[in-house]
Amino acid sequence: MLRRLALTALALGAAGLAGAWVLTRPASLPPATLAALAAHPADAARGEAVFWAAGCASCHTAPDVPATAPVGERLVLAGGRRFATPFGTFTAPNVSMHPGAGIGGWTREQFATAVLLGVSPGGTHYFPAFPYATYARATPQDVADLWAFWQTLPAAASPSQPHDLGFPFNQRRAVGFWKLLNLDTEFVTTAPADAQIAPGRYLVEALGHCAECHTPRDALGGLRTASWLSGGPNPAGQGRIPSLPPQGWSAEDIANYLQSGFTPSFDVVGGEMADVVANIGRIAPEDRAAIAAYLVALRSSPSR
Amino acid sequence: MHRTLTAFLATACLALPGAALAQDANVTARKALMGLYAYNLGVLGGMAQGQVPYDADQARAAATSLYHLSRSGSARMWPAGTDAASMPGQTRALPAIWENMADFGARAGALRDATEVMMNAAGTDLASLQGAMGGIGGACGACHQTFRQAQ
Repeated sequence: MLRRLALTALALGAAGLAGAWVLTRPASLPPATLAALAAHPADAARGEAVFWAAGCASCHTAPDVPATAPVGERLVLAGGRRFATPFGTFTAPNVSMHPGAGIGGWTREQFATAVLLGVSPGGTHYFPAFPYATYARATPQDVADLWAFWQTLPAAASPSQPHDLGFPFNQRRAVGFWKLLNLDTEFVTTAPADAQIAPGRYLVEALGHCAECHTPRDALGGLRTASWLSGGPNPAGQGRIPSLPPQGWSAEDIANYLQSGFTPSFDVVGGEMADVVANIGRIAPEDRAAIAAYLVALRSSPSR
Repeated sequence: MHRTLTAFLATACLALPGAALAQDANVTARKALMGLYAYNLGVLGGMAQGQVPYDADQARAAATSLYHLSRSGSARMWPAGTDAASMPGQTRALPAIWENMADFGARAGALRDATEVMMNAAGTDLASLQGAMGGIGGACGACHQTFRQAQ
């Protein structure tokens, strides 16, 4: 009797472990996405617009490259910036085109798997400091264009540095559970009827990853989407990140700020946001206007 | 009841000047200086962004003010112990300033250069003013990026 009970417990435990193993398994791209990637005639010029909108340079430039650096320096993705979070310190890796130190040896499918699913070519989970939970909403076409642009970028030889995380946050397999809770290709806000707000929603929710700082996080570091863009503690440093849109700012104020860094009262952007402006300042004016229109429309959303 | 109220008011009156005294003069002066930068930048930025018509005299006056503000000897306003960690809630000046004082000083120098460029440009025409705006924003932002805490 006792022996049977023990065996049952063991079997259940094994089944549980096997279930957990299956649930946390790193995913691969669905056939439809792979087909879309293969069918798309990739356009590096469009990919540059995706690059600036997605803010890759904010994290992946070297620590000594300021927001005000010339554009050539903003395109060297040598890595090395450190982000101190409640889960430990993440160090952005070298994602330049260097074949050994960076990602120069990757295929387009491997690049898309990393960006859309947060899974490495070796089949392990990336930590969600890499905002793939945002990029999951990007179109395969944008990712293909981005990769075409990426291949025009320089190689940097500096090796990637390890993250400094404590247990259990250093367990990559456990990120699989995090993804079950937080990786969702659905957009957060409902599809807008307005022709200007719709591209704004895509730029904010799929590429710009504004929410990664401007939305508060739960105990496991997932975005509390019910409090979408309502501000919260700085996830990688001291102080608070403000709610969006800032009180009293018009759409024009927001677009001006994203281009020049000047607030309506002529304070000047700082902190991580200085990097954001350095990137968003390089997208088309109508795209900045679309972001501004989307943010201003949040004022009249039912959750506010 | 009456006595409780009196005692409460007396305590409140004593506490208020105390709270005012606790505000560090250096921090107050820094914020005042930043406010004056913003005031003059507002004149130039309003014209650069097309919100107000270009006026050469107004632009020259604001740019000249910026030039002198960036040379007003404000280095004295940053003594040790006036950082955000030592005075939470009173200042957003990060301790990194005091760990990299040479770099902080170099960035102040870059601002002096940018305000000189603006002073020579602002009164010429709107295009010259607009061309110098980026340099000012860049100089302000270079410091704010590294040395100012998020709100």
